[in-house]
Amino acid sequence: MRRGPLHFAPLLRVLHWLMVAMIVTMLFVGVGMVSTTGPAYVTLLHLHRPLGIAILALVALRLVVRLGTGAPALPPDLDAPQRLAAKGSHVLLYAAMFALPLIGWGMLSAGGYPVALTPATVLPPILPHDLRLYAVLRFAHTWIALALFGLILLHLAAALMHGLIRRDGVLQSMTWGDARHDRKTPERAPAPAPAAEDEIAAPPPPLAEPDSHASD
Amino acid sequence: MKKQLLPAALIAVAVGGSATAFAWTAGVIGPRRVSGGTIANALEYNLGGAKTGYRRAHAKGICFAGDFRANGAGAALAGASVLKRGDTPVIGRFSLGGGNPLATDGRTVFHAMALLLRTPDRQEWRMALDDTPIFPVATPEDFVALQYASRPDPKTGKPDPKLMGAFIKQHPETKAFQDYLAKAVLPDSFGNAPYYSINAFRFTDPSGTTRLVRWQFVPETPLHGLDKDTLANLPRDYLVDAFIARTRHTPSRWHLQLIVANPGDVTDRATVAWSGPHRTIDAGVLTIDRAQTEEQGVCRDLNFDPTILPPGIAISDDPLLPARSKAYATSFTRRAGEGPGPSAAGHDFARQGAR
Repeated sequence: MRRGPLHFAPLLRVLHWLMVAMIVTMLFVGVGMVSTTGPAYVTLLHLHRPLGIAILALVALRLVVRLGTGAPALPPDLDAPQRLAAKGSHVLLYAAMFALPLIGWGMLSAGGYPVALTPATVLPPILPHDLRLYAVLRFAHTWIALALFGLILLHLAAALMHGLIRRDGVLQSMTWGDARHDRKTPERAPAPAPAAEDEIAAPPPPLAEPDSHASD
Repeated sequence: MKKQLLPAALIAVAVGGSATAFAWTAGVIGPRRVSGGTIANALEYNLGGAKTGYRRAHAKGICFAGDFRANGAGAALAGASVLKRGDTPVIGRFSLGGGNPLATDGRTVFHAMALLLRTPDRQEWRMALDDTPIFPVATPEDFVALQYASRPDPKTGKPDPKLMGAFIKQHPETKAFQDYLAKAVLPDSFGNAPYYSINAFRFTDPSGTTRLVRWQFVPETPLHGLDKDTLANLPRDYLVDAFIARTRHTPSRWHLQLIVANPGDVTDRATVAWSGPHRTIDAGVLTIDRAQTEEQGVCRDLNFDPTILPPGIAISDDPLLPARSKAYATSFTRRAGEGPGPSAAGHDFARQGAR
């Protein structure tokens, strides 16, 4: 009883894990650089801008690939709120991945700063030099970045929950795991409307045997 | 049930560990570090409260515009376009040390010149120069400590002798700077003062050879000093008004001199001057022919971050440079959110208009 592909498209999986590394690095670079006046500040700042523009380019490519190749269906036993949370969080993740580099670029433009990827590679401004606008964008840049980090932690928790507790193939859809047991309707659905805490306590789906994922 | 305790614990560790690492990197937990906010707060404390809408340091200033005519000689030290023979438009700002935007000009403080040079190929060189070749402290930590030690008592206008005395005892370099400032000529115009890069920077020439360089703008008009005994009697905006008046009929000119470090020169501490003969390259002439209030000019809404440098010029390992960059950025962001206040010159114009 399978519904469509079990995995995301290979290119999408490559982009996902590449961007995990880049975005996590980026978030740590960002909060690290604004918290110090030490020598690391300038080094991190010089890393922050080219990395941000690379993320912007990759997320644009990724969105095209994602819309073109689709996604594996969610497990049928997920209830409506969880489906909404899964879909909604992915929309927010994509929105933040686009917004942060664009706001960073716009913010530097509004602040009258050169948008320098290297001393010799400088992007044109995308907004007029306007101090008020800079202040708003600078504020937004910080808070969206913190929100993105929170979102990534939720995403990580949910992915591990699917992979370690529900063992329903959702985590494997973004990796390379054995998907023989994926996407099968459990014979008996778990307790209705499990909230996060309930899920931890809920019994594993009957078809998922621990050994079947030993190769993960 | 028991079977899921381990996975649940693993998830908690993964999420909690990531959050903890993030908080540590952000400086929320773990050892305290000097941030841009630490420096801005110290400056605000020294002033007895933030002057909202203004730079946290060098709050009083005026804008100017002009050009830099490079003779090409500087290209032997760095491949930056601005050092190749030709003209580059310049905008900038003259200012006085301190965080009070309406302070009187009759004070023994730094005079400063900030510059922004942008070539058509989008290379940019920003500078924030002082009329003193050296700085009172060598590190951001000492800068912060100096702000706290030197806060003027509102009654006497002088720092607490106990605090300041203790700081000076531990910082002979600050004492040396004070002695220098007491003897140095206090320029009677922004237009006849020399201005120094303060820090050393790393220049890389087109063949890849790297040298540490300080630079200075040497005025064509001979330096003329103010009479320090009558400083307090000067009109509040003496220097600002005099420069605007001077520029109406005479452009002011400086020669950019690039000074290459000798072996053994201290290059990572701005408190130490370089003495004796040095290889010095005259790279061209800066001409300033327009002066404007901050309301009229374009300098007010810029951050003259001295680490914004063209290809071929990079920061040295002087710890003041990253600290200046971060502290200026914090000050810029704070005042951007607050909205600009009137400049001293603009304040005077408004007052004259109201009469």
